[in-house]
Amino acid sequence: MTMKKFLEVKEADTLATLRSFLKGLLEKEIIEALLVPLEAPSGDTVMPALVKEPARLEKANPLAPVMPVNAARLVSSLTIGKPREKIGALLRSCEIRALIELVKLQQAHLENLMIIGIDCLGTYEVTDYAKLISEDRSPTMELVREAKEGALFPHEGYQFRSACRICEYPMPQDAALTIGLLGVDGEKILIEAQEELAGRLELTEGEATGREEVIRKLVGARIEERDRIFAQFRERVVDMPSLLAQFSTCIRCHNCTVACPICYCKECLFRTSTFEHESDRYLRWAQRKGAIQMPTDTLLFQLTRLNHMVTSCVGCGMCESACPSDIPLTTIFRAVGQEVQAMFDYLPGRSLEDELPLATFKEDELTELGER
Amino acid sequence: MNEDFEPKIVAFLCNWCAYTGADLAGTSRIQYPPNVRIIRMMCSGAVDPVYVIKPLLDGADGVLIGGCHPGDCHYQEGNYKARRRVAILKNILHQMGFDEGRVWLRWISASEGQVFAETVTEMVETLKEKGPNPLRELWGT
Repeated sequence: MTMKKFLEVKEADTLATLRSFLKGLLEKEIIEALLVPLEAPSGDTVMPALVKEPARLEKANPLAPVMPVNAARLVSSLTIGKPREKIGALLRSCEIRALIELVKLQQAHLENLMIIGIDCLGTYEVTDYAKLISEDRSPTMELVREAKEGALFPHEGYQFRSACRICEYPMPQDAALTIGLLGVDGEKILIEAQEELAGRLELTEGEATGREEVIRKLVGARIEERDRIFAQFRERVVDMPSLLAQFSTCIRCHNCTVACPICYCKECLFRTSTFEHESDRYLRWAQRKGAIQMPTDTLLFQLTRLNHMVTSCVGCGMCESACPSDIPLTTIFRAVGQEVQAMFDYLPGRSLEDELPLATFKEDELTELGER
Repeated sequence: MNEDFEPKIVAFLCNWCAYTGADLAGTSRIQYPPNVRIIRMMCSGAVDPVYVIKPLLDGADGVLIGGCHPGDCHYQEGNYKARRRVAILKNILHQMGFDEGRVWLRWISASEGQVFAETVTEMVETLKEKGPNPLRELWGT
């Protein structure tokens, strides 16, 4: 049975309280290693690290509103070879959902893994987060204060990443241990865990009565924004020229592929020599079309990636953050994904039980296709 | 309709059914328009979307995918998976502003030479109505 308990925030320092809680997980040998964001030596960003020594958690910062990488990819690296020690991974919702997809794609394992989910209060682009720090502001603590009401506002003059602005999943799911901040009084941190685990964690009793309502309102506002963005996209993309316009600045650097937690081919066709054509071929091609955009094969790359990926896209937006050309990839993947996923009543990351749409079929579906 | 316009069709045909069906159309001397360029595949389920998108971006006016009738796949279920993949591809093309009606999936068995010929004839007529693929003139690839 899942227990809802609380961690008392000591000396009004939520971060320090969380750090010592995480330390406790290692010291009590509930887990033997922890994947968690640590503050980088530069102080202006966090990066995930695999921590064995509890003292190193002095620098842990799972609350920092920045996400240089979707950690599901890292969990894949850590678990694909089936670890012999119990690893804890502190993840936000989009990372957990991406991990579920990776497990189904047989690129990650859940054995010997303890998922520790945490409420996500939104993330800034890496450069914006660094700038906020350099301006001596406290992007983390400001959001933590706002978490009780669920009214999460970015710093004036800044925006959250576009994916976060339309994210319907501020709270984690499928975690063995959930760390809740939304709708929780700032003197406490909500901890949800199975009875046996909760019993080992020195927690106090209490109730978070407003949490569901706070999350419902936050998600409602995000859905409204999402639908507005999707409607704009659908009005904008209606014909060939508008299709080309979406991707006109793509330089096929493949950053989106690298940043995507799901993009599942171990050897990507687009990162082989297949698209290094002979000189004559480029010239014939240009002759035929009158002109060809260089570098070539950008539309082919983008449309193929959409086809391969979109059923499993969890909307973390790392592709867009990684894009040097400001292509609105989050909107494209999420808007297109919404319709495609609906065709198969599939929600990426929802459940291990739902089969990947491209890996299964029903005999009696889509029967009009293929018939004359 | 532009009568002078001759559409170009790239066809990916399954070795075990539609390809043999096309062969039968030929050996039976069934007339069909010469607008189709055939690529033999081992299964319609082996047609990755990238193969379909590539000719469309290069200006092909249509792409035909020919597979075995449901239940008849040489590999048990390749055609069912092809059907999902084509459904997704057509949906994405539509959402991205491309006329998905240029992509056809048809079940054609090895004995259906006549069906193959009729399918190509029908597709050529449809594409003549639609006119040339606008991507023929656009610089994107």
